[in-house]
Parts: sequence; structure tokens; C-alpha cells
Amino acid sequence: MITKRIIPCLDVRNGRVVKGVNFEGVADVDSPVALGKYYSDNGADELVFYDITASFEERKLFTDILREVASQIFIPLTVGGGINTVEDFDRVLKCGADKVSVNSGAIRNPGLIGEASKIYGDQCVVLSVDIKRVDNTFHVFAKGGRVDTGMDAIKWIEEGVSLGAGEIVVNSIDTDGVKKGFDIELLKLVRKAVNVPVIASGGAGCIKDFVDLFEEIPDIDAGLAASIFHFGEVSIPDLKQELKKHGIPVRLNG
Amino acid sequence: MIAIIDYGVGNLFSLCSSFKSIGYDAVISDDAETILNADKIILPGVGAFEDAAKKLHLSGMDKTVKKAASLGKPVMGICLGMQLLFDKSFEYGEHDGLHMIPGNVIPLKGYIKDGLMIPHIGWNALHFRKKDPLFKYIKEGDYVYFVHSYYAADCDEHTVADTDYGGTVTAIVRKDNVVGCQFHPEKSGEVGLNILRAFCEK
Repeated sequence: MITKRIIPCLDVRNGRVVKGVNFEGVADVDSPVALGKYYSDNGADELVFYDITASFEERKLFTDILREVASQIFIPLTVGGGINTVEDFDRVLKCGADKVSVNSGAIRNPGLIGEASKIYGDQCVVLSVDIKRVDNTFHVFAKGGRVDTGMDAIKWIEEGVSLGAGEIVVNSIDTDGVKKGFDIELLKLVRKAVNVPVIASGGAGCIKDFVDLFEEIPDIDAGLAASIFHFGEVSIPDLKQELKKHGIPVRLNG
Repeated sequence: MIAIIDYGVGNLFSLCSSFKSIGYDAVISDDAETILNADKIILPGVGAFEDAAKKLHLSGMDKTVKKAASLGKPVMGICLGMQLLFDKSFEYGEHDGLHMIPGNVIPLKGYIKDGLMIPHIGWNALHFRKKDPLFKYIKEGDYVYFVHSYYAADCDEHTVADTDYGGTVTAIVRKDNVVGCQFHPEKSGEVGLNILRAFCEK
């Protein structure tokens, strides 16, 4: 049977890995290649590289680093950040990415999802959504979680899947950086709404948070986190051993 | 030297890098002579069967890969490249494959247990059905990375490993010097590299 995936996310700026707390206040951690290789050797099932740079020059630096990562790390790589056009897909796929994650670019132009999935296949297009509670409803936030679009999150995710998104990353702004567990309420709603893999993001603070995630939502596919892995608060081998003890299917070798 | 056949399908960067990382020279080529002179040949592929089969034919690489196999060169098809080795695919219609391994490529939909997601994406365990030199550095139950919506059927005789996804799904096939992997060894971590390592060894 297919295993639950544990995915470290690496935010990259100026060729270095950073992680924001509630999307603000970044701190340097390590080199993307060294950190990626460390995770791959320690049982990460996939890596997400998020380009949080803005300028053209920095973007070039990001793709150079991506090439270097892809020439040394042989697990699936997802790339996000600044993906607005099919040309952006092409740019990162040529550098060794396997999947491309769209967020604000797809909010501005939902047609991007369909266009890209027709060329590269649904499995290549990941829709990443930053979500926050506003007056007891879930809203989609754009631009790194700074701008309330007013869009209903579940409706947007359903639309994204019908347009051709092959996977959904649900990032809860409410739980992100708080380290008190994933947003189970939101994730359950998303899981029920669509029939593509759903990746939980935002809120993991310890091993138990992952156990709770997979026990409370048995058909959630993956858990994604950044700082708890980068700062060594949770080691992936320990995490997977614990998940296995709870009868959750994980990949232990490799 | 390893030749990776370039017929305009998919991104070959990771595949090429994976061979380099285990110490083998790999070239991406659409030149028949280069491919026929290589020690081993990789037929890659992602995307739709019909489009890939057409491109393979238009580039003349279909003849090259068959000739290489008939000369006894080890050939490995990966993912869609594996599916192309079979007689036919029923992905959006009915399309001819290379007829190098008997069998047909059919949808997972309707075959696997209801409620499971398609494509079959993720890490799944290999179960060995026969002995094979490709298993030299891996063991029963090792995990590899799959991404596919169709699978190879009617090929029991040549299936050497399978995986379980709400049904038995063909994972590795072999007919003499021609092998195929449904999963992506170049994305399957150390296990995948060890499969490629075994393939590259004499």
C-alpha cells in the first residue's frame, strides 16, 4: 500500500534556506543542497523548494541552485514561488523539478492550472492555498498570506481540481508557526471536498502532531513542515518510527 | 556508456544525473549510431502513450531501440518508456507499442479497488515474483516512487516484481535483455539508484 509522505519544505532566498514564522521574520538555516541531501538521506519522501525571491536576477540564482539540487538528490522535487505562466513551469521543470506548485499566479489566472496540466499532466500541477479563518469562514489569502482575496477556500480548491490540479497543499495561516498541531478542522473539509492527494501544512510542532494528523484524517496523504525539521526539533527517522508504531504506513528504508 | 534515448518526451535531467551519481557516463541522444554503440540503453517517457509512440516513430528511435535489443544490448524502459515496450496501450483509444514484451497497457481505473486515487502517486513497496539481476542491491519490500494511471496487464510470464495498490500492479518486467520499470528509479532514492547500479553492471 502507498505510504504517507513526510515532506520538508525549504524556502529559498538568495540561494539560502529560510523559514518565516507566520510568514514574517526570516532566519537563515543552511544551504539548499546540503539540507536537501540531508533530508533525502534521512528518509524525506519528497522535498519542496519555495522560491521567495522576487527579482529576475535572484530567480536565475534559484534555478541554478535547483539544478544543483536535482543533480544530487533523487527523490521527487516540487518547486513553488513566482509561478505565473507556463514558461515558469518549463523553466523549473527543465532544472529537474518533478512537480510545480502554483498559488497567487493561479488566483490571478485560474486558466494557468488547466493550461499546465494539459501540457505536463495533472500529476505535475500542485495547487497550494494559504487559508485563514475570517468571520467563521475559510478565506483564500494571496501574496504569501498577506492579502485576503475574499474567496471561499473550499470552493477555490474544488475549482482548482476541476481545472486539473493533481494535488493540493493546504497551508493554514491560523496554525502556521504556532506549533500546536495541524489545522484538523480545515483539513477534514478539504479532504472531503476533493479526490486528489491533500498535503497538510502549517502547525506541526512535534512528532505527536503528525500522529494526530494521520489518525484523525486517515486518508490525508502527506504532512509538510519546515522549521521543526530545519532546527532539529523533529528528526524524520524518529517521526517515521513513531508513525509506524501507530500503524500508519510509512517508508522506512532509503 | 549509458545512452538515454531523446525523442522529445519528458525531462531527462534527473535521469542523466542519477547515472552520473553512481559513477556511470550517460548521454542523452537521438543519434542511432551513438545509441547502438552504448553499453546500455534507457527508453524514458512521461505523458500520454499515443503522443510518445508517435514521437518515437517519427524520430526513428523505435527502430533503433528494437535493433539495439536484437543485438543483445540491455534496454530499460522507464515509466511510459516501460509501457511502450508492450504490444498495445488502451490509453484514450488503442495504440500500438513496440511489441518487445507481450502484454497490454490498460487503465488502473476499474481494476483497482474503488475509492483509491488515480494516478497512483507515491512510494509503494516492491514484491519480488522471480529472481532478477536487478534485485542485486535491493530487498523484498523496498519502496520506490510511482506516478501512473495505466498499468501493464497480460504480462504475468514476464513480470519479475509487482506492487499492491488496491490490486496487484506490475512494477518490473523482463524479457531477456529488455527490462521495464513502471516506477521512477531516478526518483526512488537509494533503492532506485541501486536498481540502476545493478542494471549498469556487466
